[in-house]
Amino acid sequence: MQGRSESIFRGGLNLAAAAMVVLLLAVFVTLLVNSLPSMKEMGWRFLYGRTWDPVSGTFGALPFLLGTLLTSFLALLISLPFSLSIAIFLGEYLKGGFISSLLRNAIELLAGIPSVIYGFWGLFVLVPLIRGLEMKLGVTPYGVGIFAASVILSIMVIPFSASLAREVISLVPADLKEAAYSLGATRLEVVWKVVLPYARSGIFAGILLALGRALGETMAVTMVIGNANFLPKSIFSPSNTMASVIANEFTEATETLYLSSLVEIGLLLLVVTTIVNIIGKYIIRKQTVEV
Amino acid sequence: MSQVGVTGRVIKDYSFRGVIIVLCLLSILPLLLILIYIVKQGISSVNWGFLTRLPRPVGEAGGGISNALIGSILLIVIACLCSVPVGIFAGVYLSEYRRGRLAYLVRLSVEVLQGTPSIVIGIIAYLWIVIRVGSFSAFSGGIALGIMMLPVIVKTTEETLRLIPHHLKEASLALGVPYYKTILKVIVPAGLSGIITGILISVARIAGETAPLLFTAFGSPFMNFNVFKPINSLPLLIFNYATSPYAEWHSLAWGASFVLVVFVLALNLFARMVARRWKVQF
Repeated sequence: MQGRSESIFRGGLNLAAAAMVVLLLAVFVTLLVNSLPSMKEMGWRFLYGRTWDPVSGTFGALPFLLGTLLTSFLALLISLPFSLSIAIFLGEYLKGGFISSLLRNAIELLAGIPSVIYGFWGLFVLVPLIRGLEMKLGVTPYGVGIFAASVILSIMVIPFSASLAREVISLVPADLKEAAYSLGATRLEVVWKVVLPYARSGIFAGILLALGRALGETMAVTMVIGNANFLPKSIFSPSNTMASVIANEFTEATETLYLSSLVEIGLLLLVVTTIVNIIGKYIIRKQTVEV
Repeated sequence: MSQVGVTGRVIKDYSFRGVIIVLCLLSILPLLLILIYIVKQGISSVNWGFLTRLPRPVGEAGGGISNALIGSILLIVIACLCSVPVGIFAGVYLSEYRRGRLAYLVRLSVEVLQGTPSIVIGIIAYLWIVIRVGSFSAFSGGIALGIMMLPVIVKTTEETLRLIPHHLKEASLALGVPYYKTILKVIVPAGLSGIITGILISVARIAGETAPLLFTAFGSPFMNFNVFKPINSLPLLIFNYATSPYAEWHSLAWGASFVLVVFVLALNLFARMVARRWKVQF
């Protein structure tokens, strides 16, 4: 009797564990099978085709690939000075104390706000601001567009890169820093020449995790990017990302080819984010072994 | 080295610190702005009627969000039912069998699942359930959210149980307690607060998720308790009303945003309190 419950329990553990692997495999296989019609019809043209026209049945995803790349990298670029400052401030200048924990909690709260609310706020507060900026610059004042999406995204990814970078920066051995101080280095020089080089792979991993997050972010981007299925002309023009085109068009897609093209975009998105995340996690793991 | 060079370096040092502090303050500015804006816009529309009434059509003031509240709760319950047991078991597996091929694969899968964009999970739930059943449903939305909860639960369970010292397990086994009872009655209860924290965090994470629900739960203006029918949820309602052109619906969406933010932040705080108060320590 005892032995039986025992083996049932162990079986249950194994089953639950195996379920994780099966789930992931099933996700990939499902996406692959369902994007086959589009792969057959469009082939590699899917990746470099510029026209996305459901009516005539031409599906080239280049505008969305470009939209995703532009918004994500622009977002990282904007957020980098901020997240790095937070990381240096909390990891080096002010490791403990009330203000430090207040700031840390605030950043964590930033990560907890649902993305649809970022989008809503962006649509009603940020987009008018950007429209004003565009009028000053003399470009067509859409307001919505790649730039708006990047700004919202940059706010959303700050917590991700900042928290990892803070951790690695606070792990920099004190004797390295003290050696530099004893040679007469100022704090800026210690941070710039000792701390940052030492923590660089961890900081890079944090940026990769933030990138993984930015690539797949859907709602906030969908609400402020303007949903235009053309190649973006500038960073102010309306566009679409891979995630936002799925969000916008999936329920309209009734024909097999249309649906399958959207699924293929989803598959691409999954593959890219997976690669980015795995590289990021790999770097983190190597770093923690080193430290 | 001249004195001027040193002064220059010191000035640089101070100005660097200044820049760092300013950038830090600037980066929490959006948080403050968002929270203030939501409170300002949202709090005026939140009252008892707002929480208990159904949304009204355009042109009629004074609608509520009761259907979205019920829908969100229903979706969270479905998501928990299908992810919590499996997630805890898989977490126990990982903490028990740390090395080994399956453990490695499971860890990798969980990491990949955690990084999977939520919209992709939505596609999956659509292809698996909505197409088969033939209609959008709360059930498919709950499954999608459940898949999103899984990685968090597995990871927190594993990390918590790893902290539990071996001698606790050995003491139990030495008393002749069978293995499965040792796990279920000694190890899991010892790490319960960590596991609960993980569940709370994952619920906070999915409570605001919209993307996987767009083509699974779909949204609905009516009250609905049938899990095989389309259902509304707070984030869906916010999305649909925020992108509509009507001012009444916008104010409804601000109110709903306020409720959602309060709910999510309260869950996060509660999770942190649980983690701190009943810390797993030996």
